Amino acid sequence: MRNLSGGQSNSPIAVNLARPKSLFWTNLGRNWYKFSRNPLSIIGLVIVLVIIISAIFAPWIAPYPEQAGPFVDFENAGQPPSLQHLCGTDNMGRDIFSRIVFAFRGALIMAIVVLALAVPPGVLLGLIAGYFQGGWIDTVIMRITDIFLAVPPLILALAVASVLEPNLMNAMIAVTLMWWPWYTRLLYGTASSIKNEYFVIAAELTGAGKFHIIFREILPNCLSPIFTKIALDVGWVILIGASLSFVGLGQQPPTPALGQMVSDGARYMPIFWWMTIFPALAIVLILLGFNLMGDGIRDMLERGMG
Amino acid sequence: METKENILLNIKNLHVWYRVYGGYLKVLNGVNLIVREGERVGLVGEAGCGKTTTMKSILQILPPGDFLIPKGEIYYKGKDILKMNFSEIQRLRSKEIAMIFQDPTAALNPVFTIGTQIGDVIKYSIALEEKKVYKEKLKILSARALKEAYLPDPERMLVNYPFQLSGGMRQRTCIAMAISSSRNLLIADEPGTSLDVTIQDQILHLLKEIVEKMGASIILITHSLGVAREMTDRIYVMYAGTIVETALTKDLFKNPVHPYTKGLLASVPKLSGGGIARGIPGRIPDYLNPPQGCRFQPRCEHSTSSCVENPPQFFEVEEGHLVACYLAQR
Amino acid sequence: MKLGSFLLRRFLLSIFVIIGLSIVIFIIARVVPGDPARMALGPRAPEDVVQTLRQEMHLDKPLPEQYFYWIKGVFRGDFGHSLVSKRPVLEDIKEYFPATMELAIFAGILMAIFAILLGVLAAQHKDTWVDGLIRVSSYFGVAIPAFVAAIIFMLLFGYYWPILPVLGRLSPGMTPPRTITGLLTLDSLIEGNFPAFWDAFKHMILPAVALSLGGLFQEARITRSSMVDNMHKDFLAAERGYGIPEKIVMFKYLLKPSLISTVSIMGLDFASLLSNAFLVELIFNWPGISRYGISAMLHKDLDAISAVIIVFGVVFLVVNVIVDVIVALLDPRIRLGTARDM
Repeated sequence: MRNLSGGQSNSPIAVNLARPKSLFWTNLGRNWYKFSRNPLSIIGLVIVLVIIISAIFAPWIAPYPEQAGPFVDFENAGQPPSLQHLCGTDNMGRDIFSRIVFAFRGALIMAIVVLALAVPPGVLLGLIAGYFQGGWIDTVIMRITDIFLAVPPLILALAVASVLEPNLMNAMIAVTLMWWPWYTRLLYGTASSIKNEYFVIAAELTGAGKFHIIFREILPNCLSPIFTKIALDVGWVILIGASLSFVGLGQQPPTPALGQMVSDGARYMPIFWWMTIFPALAIVLILLGFNLMGDGIRDMLERGMG
Repeated sequence: METKENILLNIKNLHVWYRVYGGYLKVLNGVNLIVREGERVGLVGEAGCGKTTTMKSILQILPPGDFLIPKGEIYYKGKDILKMNFSEIQRLRSKEIAMIFQDPTAALNPVFTIGTQIGDVIKYSIALEEKKVYKEKLKILSARALKEAYLPDPERMLVNYPFQLSGGMRQRTCIAMAISSSRNLLIADEPGTSLDVTIQDQILHLLKEIVEKMGASIILITHSLGVAREMTDRIYVMYAGTIVETALTKDLFKNPVHPYTKGLLASVPKLSGGGIARGIPGRIPDYLNPPQGCRFQPRCEHSTSSCVENPPQFFEVEEGHLVACYLAQR
Repeated sequence: MKLGSFLLRRFLLSIFVIIGLSIVIFIIARVVPGDPARMALGPRAPEDVVQTLRQEMHLDKPLPEQYFYWIKGVFRGDFGHSLVSKRPVLEDIKEYFPATMELAIFAGILMAIFAILLGVLAAQHKDTWVDGLIRVSSYFGVAIPAFVAAIIFMLLFGYYWPILPVLGRLSPGMTPPRTITGLLTLDSLIEGNFPAFWDAFKHMILPAVALSLGGLFQEARITRSSMVDNMHKDFLAAERGYGIPEKIVMFKYLLKPSLISTVSIMGLDFASLLSNAFLVELIFNWPGISRYGISAMLHKDLDAISAVIIVFGVVFLVVNVIVDVIVALLDPRIRLGTARDM
């Protein structure tokens, strides 16, 4: 007698309790094909990989790694882009290219930490609110979410970051606080529509506990929009981080931060235009890369796994 | 004897291709179909055989940009539709031919009231002659059209939105929209199939009555032979983009010739004896790379080598009964 | 009509949200270590004066009670005093708020009009170079943050190509109109002062374009995809088939259902507009409430910060309600409740 995953078994009623392997990896070939159909997604992926690799191997990639820290060389200040300094030097004589490469580190760390902190509670709250839709739990959770979403995103982050001491940790706290509600909203919509599907009702009828239903039935079916959103969000978190450092909240000097470099360099426009333009372009590059890659991931996941 | 004078619609050797990622879907491969004045024509075939595509080609409402008509002509009252200019086509759609879609929910715009939609149909039909139509007159005409389709309380229905109506009422609304201006040829694409059987019955009777009252011709698309038998004078059997057989309805049921037609008739379960119905093994061909010869050949028990090489032409087995099959010619 | 009860429900919900927001802000503001009274008076003020101020500010009472005093003040219009400007925060807000609103409204209008135009254009010329160009532009448009665009504009128009002004709201030497609404363009028009109107308008262009860029392209893409989806729907083929002229089919029957998705997102995009205004106002030296808010944040001017957030919260809420109403007007299924049987 064949059981659910195709193996043989001797008992007349064969119930396979083993979890099936994740469909994503078994379909990797097909998923890659879907992703790579759009050349722009590949470009996005390449850009993202370049950024990640630069961040990890910054000390080796940057031509002047020591200049990304406390370093002053006023003789070399204000050099335009050249072969020795690809993006020129800033007002303190530091190589801008090296600083940008090191700034990628802070940016990526912020994105990873913020998303790691914000996504799980956001998803959890959204699942619970969606599953218990119509009850008091739903109302309470969603109203709190509404409150956090009532203020335009950056404003809340700025406010929180400003009342705390300006440093990277507090900036991350501030951004996390404003980020989790988006996932709650997303999961609320997805979970509340999935919970009416037949397989969920079937699970309920066979006596499955609420915990099992939420995490074993509903959640796996929500994964595609979550991953798509995470991929796109990396870029946006970095942008918010750059906005915070632009006004001086967040990563403090001498550690390089992209927003802060843009803001510092702006004072020296137009003559020393490279001081602000290159960090600005770096921000645009990051956003472009993650947006393109995120679109590709959406194309890949949306019509495949579900 | 058939006269050529009262032929209303004459589709000649129509080929329609859809552009897709790997090439072209050669859906229609030489469709030949004639409708005379006052005639009730049935178009029978399985899902995906190209019935809707043929009808949409008549009204030139195929999905924009993605199709090609490499060969063929469609003559309406003597003029080739495919060569008509824009205003002639508009006149055609407005005054002559109208199509009732298969799914009434999809065929009605969800964000406009019934009154607006049917009002616009009437307004632009009248606007072709007179210049101005007054709102009051339009309302009266719209209500009257709805009444012809036996919709209850037409005046109030004008301000309703499609989602507020039941499935049967939406279908009637579509019918009302079709007959509100075009009076000569109706095309009904599987009317009522998405509805309850009793409602479908009502819809079919409504169509029958309207056609008789208006003296119009109708092309009734259906995959149900029972419906075709009851409602039509002549049937065209379609398979994979070609007409394989056509005959007067009574002749077709009495004496089917093409293997596909025979298969269709055999697959209808009968309550009175006959045992279990038999299906036709196989599936419709891949339109991307269709067979060179007869398109039914891969599923046919009686195929020969000539079937594989060239598509068969029409052969008259008896008066008014044409079959596209080498078998018939023997 | 159902629309009325729909609005009422939204309104009550908004009130609740604003109250909740005020609580959150209050908690955030009071979390700050440090003594607000001392900060207000400076390090050299004598202790007993500070103590008196502490009592006046109710800092010795429990937190919930402090909240009530604060909320009562807010309703009376008393947002406290700014540490920086030394005047009532309400005064500051009244002075700077209209500038930001003028910019935001203009940017919002730009965003809406051009998004629809570009989206329709892209859909009509689907898969041609026009469509491709718009799509590539939109990738860049979304990836360029408002403050980066602002800096680039500064560089281009401030120095290399000075055809548009880059600083402030009005050129020096230009007489401003009487303050009626606070919106310079409107006030100049009302007064008939056309030179001032034109000058104020020119000053608004660059910051507004920088602000609207991201949202504009995002909405254009959504409009395009919504139109392309609807283009293949049966009801369009049906309407065409019944003889309705192509122009009417395109611009009435295709456009209206397609706009629903676009308008739905405009609320969020307006929020980004308001957020980005914080940085863009800094760059263009625009004397608006965002710039005021930034300076308040950098100086830990708590009363001002709280007030700014509440103001933005209210504005955003109002905009959301407006957007919801427009969507309900466009889509009858929303305002008249769920459908009957299918």
